[in-house]
Amino acid sequence: MVTEKIISVTQLTKRFGDFIAVDAISFEVTKGEIFGFLGANGAGKTTAMRMLCGLSLPTSGKASVAGFDVFTQPGHIKKNIGYMSQKFSLYEDLTIKENIRFYAGIYGKSDQFIKDKTATLLQQLHLENEANKLVGSLPLGWKQKLAFSVAIFHEPQIVFLDEPTGGVDPVTRREFWNLIYQAAESGITIFVTTHYMDEAEYCNRVSIMVDGRIDALDTPSQLKKTYSVESMDEVFLKLARKAVRAGD
Amino acid sequence: MSGSVIINNIGKLYGTKKMPVTALKDISFEVEKGELFGIIGPDGAGKTSLFRILTTLLLPDSGNASVDGFDVVKDYKAIRNRVGYMPGRFSLYQDLTVAENMDFFATIFNTTIKENYDLVKDIYSQIEPFKDRKAGKLSGGMKQKLALSCALIHRPSVLFLDEPTTGVDAVSRKEFWEMLRHLKNQGITILVSTPYMDEASICDKVALIQTGSILSINTPGAIVNEFGKTLVAVKADKMLQLLKDLKELDSVEDAYPFGEYHHAVMKKGAGEDSIKKSVEVETHPGLQIKTITPNIEDCFMALMKN
Repeated sequence: MVTEKIISVTQLTKRFGDFIAVDAISFEVTKGEIFGFLGANGAGKTTAMRMLCGLSLPTSGKASVAGFDVFTQPGHIKKNIGYMSQKFSLYEDLTIKENIRFYAGIYGKSDQFIKDKTATLLQQLHLENEANKLVGSLPLGWKQKLAFSVAIFHEPQIVFLDEPTGGVDPVTRREFWNLIYQAAESGITIFVTTHYMDEAEYCNRVSIMVDGRIDALDTPSQLKKTYSVESMDEVFLKLARKAVRAGD
Repeated sequence: MSGSVIINNIGKLYGTKKMPVTALKDISFEVEKGELFGIIGPDGAGKTSLFRILTTLLLPDSGNASVDGFDVVKDYKAIRNRVGYMPGRFSLYQDLTVAENMDFFATIFNTTIKENYDLVKDIYSQIEPFKDRKAGKLSGGMKQKLALSCALIHRPSVLFLDEPTTGVDAVSRKEFWEMLRHLKNQGITILVSTPYMDEASICDKVALIQTGSILSINTPGAIVNEFGKTLVAVKADKMLQLLKDLKELDSVEDAYPFGEYHHAVMKKGAGEDSIKKSVEVETHPGLQIKTITPNIEDCFMALMKN
C-alpha cells in the first residue's frame, strides 16, 4: 500500500519578534488519516494551523499541504482544503440552502454540482424540511454539523477543524464524530484540535504541542504505553505540565 | 441551614410572541450556604440566562428567586452589593492595567484592595508581578485570574462564575477548580456553570440542564447511583464494526463511543455476560469487556434520551 503524505512539515518555525510561537516542528500526515493536534492554550496550535492553511507565512522551515508549498502556493492550498473555525462562521441570516450555495460558489463549484450535492447532503443530515430556514434559528448541534458539512462540501483533500465540538452536548458530540469518520472513510484527511481528551482517542494519531514544539506524536495506545498511563488525559497532563510558557 | 440561593419555577422566553424561544422552563432548586454548586449543560441549555436572572441583570418572565434572602426583582440593589459575577466573556477594562482594574472594582464597591487582600491573595499574587500591564495584554490564564480577583474584591457572599473554563486546556482547568475549592473553604457560596461533564465530580452538588429544563439535581455520587443500569465498557481492534455489532444486540439498550472504549448501556437485568455470549474474540481480535461505574456524561446522555 502506498502511504501518500498529504501534509509534510520540516523544521517549520514562526517568530513574532523575539517570541518563537512555533519552534521547528516536523511531522507528516497520511492521506485519509484522522490526525489530532493537541496542546495547551498558548502552545502554538493556532499559529501552526494558520501556516498550514496558507494564512500565515512561516519564518523558516518547509511545509507542503495537499501537494502545495506553504511559502509559494498558499492560494492553491486554500482551494484544496476545508476549514471549520471554533467560532460558528456560517451566515445566520441566510438559509441553509443559501449558505451552502454561497460557500460552494466561492470554491467555484458548478450549479449542477451544487444542486445535486445539496440534495444528498440535506438528506444525510435529515434537514430536507429545514432547507429554507435561516441558519440562525437552528439548534447549536445542528449548526456544528452543518458547518462541518459545508467545510467539506467542495470535496477538499483535507479539512482543518479547530475545536469543532466545544460546548456541544455529549450526544451531538458523538454524532459529530460519526460525520468525521464518514468523511475520513471517503478519503478526506482530518486535522482536528480539541480540548476533550476522550476525542483524542478517536484519532488515528495524536500530536501534543508544548511551548511551540511537538513533544509527542503517536497513536493514542502507543502514547499511553510510552508514558505508562491509563488515559490520554494523563498523557496530556504529564506533557502540558512541563510547559513554562503562559497560555494565550 | 437556609438556602443561600432559592429558585422557584423560574421561566424565561426570548424571541417574538409569534415565535417564542424558551430559554428556561420552570426551573426550581436551592443552593445551600457555602456550597460549590455546578450547573452543567451544553451551549444553549440556559445557563447564562439563569445566571443573569440571579445577578439581577435580566428579569424572569415567571417564577421568583432570592439570593441571600433578597428578591432578585425587588431587592436588586442589595443583591448587586453582595454577589460577585464573572461573565463568560472577558469583560474587564482592556485598556486599564491589572492594578487599575482591581482598584476600580474595589472602589465601586466602596472598599479597598488592602481590606480584602487576604481573600484574593492566593489568586491575585500570581498576577501581581504584572500589575502594571494592561489587562488586554494578559494571557488567557492571567485574564481569568484577574477577572476572578475583581469578582472577589468586595468579599461577596455568593460568587457566580459563568463558564470560567470553556476553551481552557485540561491543565489550566484543573488549576482553576483547585482555586474554587480553596475559595469554598473560606465560606463563599459558589455557583459555577460548565459544559464539561467531567468537572461535575468536583462540585458538592450539580444541576444537569438541557434546553432550558433541569434533567437532574443531586450530589454527583447520587446522580451516578440513579443511573440504575449496568454499564459495560468494550473495546477491540476494529472499533467501528464493534459499535455496529453492539448496537444490534438485544440485551443492549444503547451503545456509543467513549474515548478508548465503547460504552454499552444494558437493558434491565442484563450484564456483561450477555455481551460475552454474543461478541467473540474470533470476530473481534483484541476484545476486552468490563463492567464499569457510569460517569456524569453517561448519566447526562441517559437523561437526555429519556
